[in-house]
Amino acid sequence: MSSTTHAETGTPAAENVTLGDAAPRTYKDFHRPWWFRTFITTEFLIIALLALVWIWANISVDNFSGPLTVRYLLMDIAPLLMIALPMTLIIVTGQIDLSVASVMGLSSVVVGIAHVQWGLSLPVAGLLAIVVGIACGAFNGFFVAYVKLPSLAVTIGTLALFRGLAVGLLGTTALTDFDPQWTSLATASLGDTRLPLVVVPVVVLILVFVVLLHFTPFGRGLYDIGHNDLTARFSGVNVARSQMITFILSGGVSAFAGIYYTLRFGNSRGDNAMGLELEVIAAVLLGGVLIFGGRGALHGVLAGVLLIGVISSALRLEGVTVNVINIIIGILLIASVITPQIVAGLQRRSPKKRKVAP
Amino acid sequence: MVTDADVPVLELEGVRKTFGSVVALADGTLTVHPGSVHALVGENGAGKSTLIKIVAGLHKRDEGVFRFRGAGAEFSSTADAKAAGIAVIYQEPTLFPDLSVTENIFMGRQPLGGGRRIDKHAMVNEALRIFDRLGVDLDPHRPAQGLSIADQQIIEIAKAISLDAHLLIMDEPTAALSGMEVERLFNVTRSLRDEGRGIVFISHRFDEVFDLSDTITVMRDGSYIGTVATDETTNDELVTMMVGREVKDLYPKTPAEIGEAVLEVEGLNSAGTFHDVSFNVRAGEIVGLAGLVGAGRSEIARAVFGVDPYDSGTVKLAGQHIPKHRPAAAIEAGMALVPEDRRQQGLVVESSVAENIGAAIRGHLQKFGIITRSAENRAASSWAGRLQVKTAAMSMNAATMSGGNQQKVVIAKWLATDPKLLIIDEPTRGIDVGTKSEVHRLLSQLAGEGMAILMISSELPEVLGMADRVLVVSEGRITAELAREDATPEKVMHAATVRREEAIENSGSSPADHLATAGEVNGR
Repeated sequence: MSSTTHAETGTPAAENVTLGDAAPRTYKDFHRPWWFRTFITTEFLIIALLALVWIWANISVDNFSGPLTVRYLLMDIAPLLMIALPMTLIIVTGQIDLSVASVMGLSSVVVGIAHVQWGLSLPVAGLLAIVVGIACGAFNGFFVAYVKLPSLAVTIGTLALFRGLAVGLLGTTALTDFDPQWTSLATASLGDTRLPLVVVPVVVLILVFVVLLHFTPFGRGLYDIGHNDLTARFSGVNVARSQMITFILSGGVSAFAGIYYTLRFGNSRGDNAMGLELEVIAAVLLGGVLIFGGRGALHGVLAGVLLIGVISSALRLEGVTVNVINIIIGILLIASVITPQIVAGLQRRSPKKRKVAP
Repeated sequence: MVTDADVPVLELEGVRKTFGSVVALADGTLTVHPGSVHALVGENGAGKSTLIKIVAGLHKRDEGVFRFRGAGAEFSSTADAKAAGIAVIYQEPTLFPDLSVTENIFMGRQPLGGGRRIDKHAMVNEALRIFDRLGVDLDPHRPAQGLSIADQQIIEIAKAISLDAHLLIMDEPTAALSGMEVERLFNVTRSLRDEGRGIVFISHRFDEVFDLSDTITVMRDGSYIGTVATDETTNDELVTMMVGREVKDLYPKTPAEIGEAVLEVEGLNSAGTFHDVSFNVRAGEIVGLAGLVGAGRSEIARAVFGVDPYDSGTVKLAGQHIPKHRPAAAIEAGMALVPEDRRQQGLVVESSVAENIGAAIRGHLQKFGIITRSAENRAASSWAGRLQVKTAAMSMNAATMSGGNQQKVVIAKWLATDPKLLIIDEPTRGIDVGTKSEVHRLLSQLAGEGMAILMISSELPEVLGMADRVLVVSEGRITAELAREDATPEKVMHAATVRREEAIENSGSSPADHLATAGEVNGR
């Protein structure tokens, strides 16, 4: 690496140069105090809302504080939590992946056929499903990153394509004859706790994606791509490869979520997880990720997914119908699109017009 | 046009504008008479743009007197200002690309014929009449898309004439124009002046200010400094007024020891863009790449750096072959490119100063694959400090900075990569005199430390003042190589235009057509 070796072996040209006679300036790292940076953010607003809803549900919703609520809540939203991670990466670059639920369905069918019909062991069948998911992601990524087609169009196409493959492979039948050892694992507890075992892969994935997005050059590059992909290219960011990677991650994680979904309900069907893509995208946007790219953080996204999960679960216990729950989540989503602007207004003291792209 | 010559078109006195706690304009004072070209000069951040925006109805002033044609003016929108007779021509016009030239001129106020239908015939005739008056040859039916910036500005001017504007404000209209295009714009401007209109002209180029204006108003730090008659002032006096101190040497080129060839380009070709380009840049040497806008200079730089692909040829840096179309590899090998368009190519304006400066060295800032905010801040603040970047903190957004400061951030970003070769495209475009000479001194110092520098510039004095060697590009070919001693404005301009003129003579097409095509290549 040239910079480090130069510093060790000799004095590079640029190192000796300063501008003007004055001593170099020094700077503060931040122009806002730490509490401002922490609390006056969209992400914190969602976390606070989550806490409020949680407290309300524990106090006034019967049975919410019971032992099984958290367990089923987590089992229900585990696929959302997992897929929201790569979806955040994709939306940060200014793209979108609408095919995630179809990949889940296809993965469910692949694991079913391989395990039940071909008699492969479940790990092998699962691996096959994940390979298929990665291939689906690579297919999307190829058209978005290298052919430069808009991801909205590409993934609307593959939403239908992958779902069509899934339903075509199995028809209207369902495969249910899974090895009980594996289906019980999908609903097992983590040790003696009330938490489901699935939190282990979920937490591992969260850690991986947090590091990837927030603490690697790759992650920084994704934000650059979302803001201004021309500058990203001029800075040496491999835009096409980065986009390809995000779609491959999306395909792989969706396939894994599809396997979990299949085992949890013990059935493999072509129409599994239908419509889940919109829930994932809603949760990501609710978590403060800007749909145009360049802005967002994973702690907000996780809070967004949990918020949707807690509200649905609490309202269901209250006897509220699914339609009403959908209305409430819809209103929340619209509010979440407006709040970043309010937060941005708070963060900005002087009113400046947003530059409109020509 | 009948205008009372004694009543100023525009009078501003003590106009003040603040944004929150930031005072953008403390004392805006400007008096423009009809039949006069009034130059408004000042460094970036001096308050010129704010003043213009108030006159154009984009901002509302907090205090002060604003009179237009003798009467107090209160514009609550740009439409109000337009209706009153104020037209503003910006550096980069905003036309509707898919509409025709004529439709663009009459947008929103098309003449109506029978049955309240748009009278296209009248519209085209009026457009032709205006073009005729301006002495330009433009097809009124062609779409605005693909017109050069110069032609787009002409359309904006035509719009102003069709509005019968009394006051025409031109905000750095020449920044993206070549010599011939500037001359045409000036001729048009002079004829508008002779019709009795008031014209405000903003430019950072002094030769243009002296060439075109009759009165000059200087601003500094949001305040009015003074107004002088153009023929009674000098270049040095203006600079002193603008900067508040004397800027001794605008081109502080010091001779440096010239070493081995760092960059070697052999037979580079890209169909339709540049052909058979071969040159080298040696350590300690500043090579200037001169030529008209659209000649292919930036395209050559982008291909060498790897942002754009090329068809054939080789690029070597310090003897090492640089793969095609891979900026990351070029950066790793020690190449840096400060691009011509700061806001679109150099910066992520929504990101912080630290993120921007760290953007090209993330691979070196990471430890075990992990990059932290503090590592980024450390590296960035060291470079920002050396270049005297003005910012409150490393976390400030780059969007709010002045042009000169943004340019320093981009330069810091690339110096941080510790390059052997620095390619710098339009190093001082749109930045103020003070920062300009700082950038020049910096380039001179870097060359003195043994860096190879390839500088692209449309400002001839800059090329002649800074370069050890000048390469002239015309229509994608290097047409001349001049040593510092031999490089004169005449020789450079001759080499930059020779092919072009031959081509024009041969094909019989008008210069305007030709420049439009050049603009397309550039704008692509």
